Amino acid sequence: MKALVAVKRVIDYNVKVRVKADNTDVDLANTKMSINPFCEIAVEEAVRLKEAGVVSEIVVVSIGDKSCQEQMRYAMALGADRGIQVEAEGKVNSLDVARILAKVNESENADILLLGKQAIDSDNNQTGQMLAALLDVPQATFASEVKIADGKAQVTREVDGGLVTVEMDLPALVTTDLRLNEPRFAALPKIMQAKRKPLEVKTVADLGVELTNSIELLSVETPAERSGGIKVDSVDALIDKLRNEAQVI
Amino acid sequence: MKTLIIAEHDGQNLKGATLSAVTAATKLGGAVDVLLAGASVAGIATQAAAVSGVDRVLTVEDAALEHTLAEFVAPVAQQLAGDYTHVILGASTFGKDIAPRVAALCGVNQISEVIEVVDADTFKRPIYAGNAIATVKSNDSLKVMTVRGTAFAAADTGGSAAIEAASATVPAAKVRFVGAEVSESDRPELESAGIVVSGGRGVGSKEDFAKVFELADKLGAAVGASRAAVDSGFVPNDMQVGQTGKMVAPKLYIAVGISGAIQHLAGMKDSATIVAINKDEEAPIFNIADYGLVGDLHDILPELVSKV
Ligand SMILES: Cc1cc2nc3c(=O)[nH]c(=O)nc-3n(C[C@H](O)[C@H](O)[C@H](O)COP(=O)(O)OP(=O)(O)OC[C@H]3O[C@@H](n4cnc5c(N)ncnc54)[C@H](O)[C@@H]3O)c2cc1C
Ligand SMILES: Cc1cc2nc3c(=O)[nH]c(=O)nc-3n(C[C@H](O)[C@H](O)[C@H](O)COP(=O)(O)OP(=O)(O)OC[C@H]3O[C@@H](n4cnc5c(N)ncnc54)[C@H](O)[C@@H]3O)c2cc1C
Repeated sequence: MKALVAVKRVIDYNVKVRVKADNTDVDLANTKMSINPFCEIAVEEAVRLKEAGVVSEIVVVSIGDKSCQEQMRYAMALGADRGIQVEAEGKVNSLDVARILAKVNESENADILLLGKQAIDSDNNQTGQMLAALLDVPQATFASEVKIADGKAQVTREVDGGLVTVEMDLPALVTTDLRLNEPRFAALPKIMQAKRKPLEVKTVADLGVELTNSIELLSVETPAERSGGIKVDSVDALIDKLRNEAQVI
Repeated sequence: MKTLIIAEHDGQNLKGATLSAVTAATKLGGAVDVLLAGASVAGIATQAAAVSGVDRVLTVEDAALEHTLAEFVAPVAQQLAGDYTHVILGASTFGKDIAPRVAALCGVNQISEVIEVVDADTFKRPIYAGNAIATVKSNDSLKVMTVRGTAFAAADTGGSAAIEAASATVPAAKVRFVGAEVSESDRPELESAGIVVSGGRGVGSKEDFAKVFELADKLGAAVGASRAAVDSGFVPNDMQVGQTGKMVAPKLYIAVGISGAIQHLAGMKDSATIVAINKDEEAPIFNIADYGLVGDLHDILPELVSKV
């Protein structure tokens, strides 16, 4: 059984982004970049499925410029077997990412596709659902538990009201939520080994995908900053402020 | 201009996220129709018809639609979407699950978590955990979007829309609903509550979280949590507030034993008044709190409960 995992290079989750002075975009110069945390969870889940003998091969795919190979190598250090980078400059919108991934999957024919639920830069939460639609396969978004047996995936999903469990025939697509697993640390020998794993580079043109560019980014602003207030020294003082100043209780 | 709203419901009641979607649609102007897909939706259709601003309620009933899974709802929406310029859903887990699937079936992009309608093609949305606001323009002929509940007030009742059965076929899909664990609570809904009391890792344990619930009940508040509190098993996942959880903006938000990571702030910094209770006076949460109280929450919570 083959697993295909899509990983995105994003700003490290510990870094607070700054907006450029000219408001055209955010400033990512010299910013620490990492694998999107939800993609890391997706890779870890694939590796666990492989360790459990369910999955036999893990292919990791990333769309971006050459720098995203760093995150692909990291995914391989965690246990992915090989990588496909689809070279693309600039911002590729979610539908185009999904179309590229669908095209890659035409030759890969994965049984299980694992994506993060959301990229923590754009906070879009849409690529997996779009890919599932394009491939006409079932989707289990926001997964907190994945069990695969007998050609079926049983997935528990974190939803607003609690948890929902669905069963899907394979091939199927899963997007990961925070509680699916806790990714392992990549050990140094694994990081060294990962450098020798196969990493194929394709271009969007190779795949015959024409980008839509249907979303234009007009401007980016810093939101209104909230300034800190005051410290009160007792519960009584707090209650007094809430009753008489803020008038919220 | 013509908007189709895909309604969220639990088989019994229309959800609040849909009422926010109606408000966003009225900002666009033009006709507003609501698609109600489910197994048996007559009762909910009456509720939707009474929402102010709605012109028509379109019902599609089919046993396969019972659990409103994306694989069934999205193709139904796609069959109807041809008549519309906009398709809007609330940015709840329901909306996030379905909207991108509808968009991809229609061959267009999707715009997530809109907080402001600038014009029919242009929208504002937060990115990077709310640390930047992007203005994006869609050049697609159909705009499919989700809207954030904290940015669009729930539409009132007082409308009297027509209810019509729409014809759409529900395709077969290789997915089956197995079960749900619904969190039952008599407390107000987190996303729409006037007051929210949230606990973090500092609360210490599931047992100690009872103190957070007690304060919430005294204030008639909903209860939220940080990711760390959910990961530690103090409370269920549906209480997580933040970038990757629920977005809240109550008139009063009380953060107890929460440090104030950017991911948590993303979900609550639009609250009108913020209170932080933390034993570490350097905790970042104090940088955005209107009122901070430094001290041990195990002493402060019981005292608050007895005095408010
Ligand atoms: C500041 C900023 C400006 C932008 N400007 C524009 C613009 O002008 N025009 C435009 O069209 N778009 C723009 N975007 C959108 C941006 O290019 C998104 O990255 C794009 O929509 C891809 O989807 P996502 O990352 O939001 O996916 P999400 O749906 O949030 O991500 C879910 C999952 O999809 C997978 N995935 C997403 N992207 C990739 C990838 N590249 N490679 C492999 N897997 C991936 C991962 O598994 C990820 O966890 C902008 C985004 C930002 C942050
Ligand atoms: C991809 C990703 C997504 C995330 N999404 C979210 C999200 O949606 N929501 C979210 O909340 N987090 C999210 N996080 C996690 C976030 O980064 C923080 O780790 C988390 O918010 C920390 O929770 P906390 O403040 O409860 O715990 P901590 O940071 O451990 O803080 C505990 C606080 O309690 C205080 N404390 C301890 N004991 C006491 C006491 N007796 N009395 C008073 N104060 C006490 C401490 O001083 C400390 O400030 C995400 C992280 C990642 C990587």
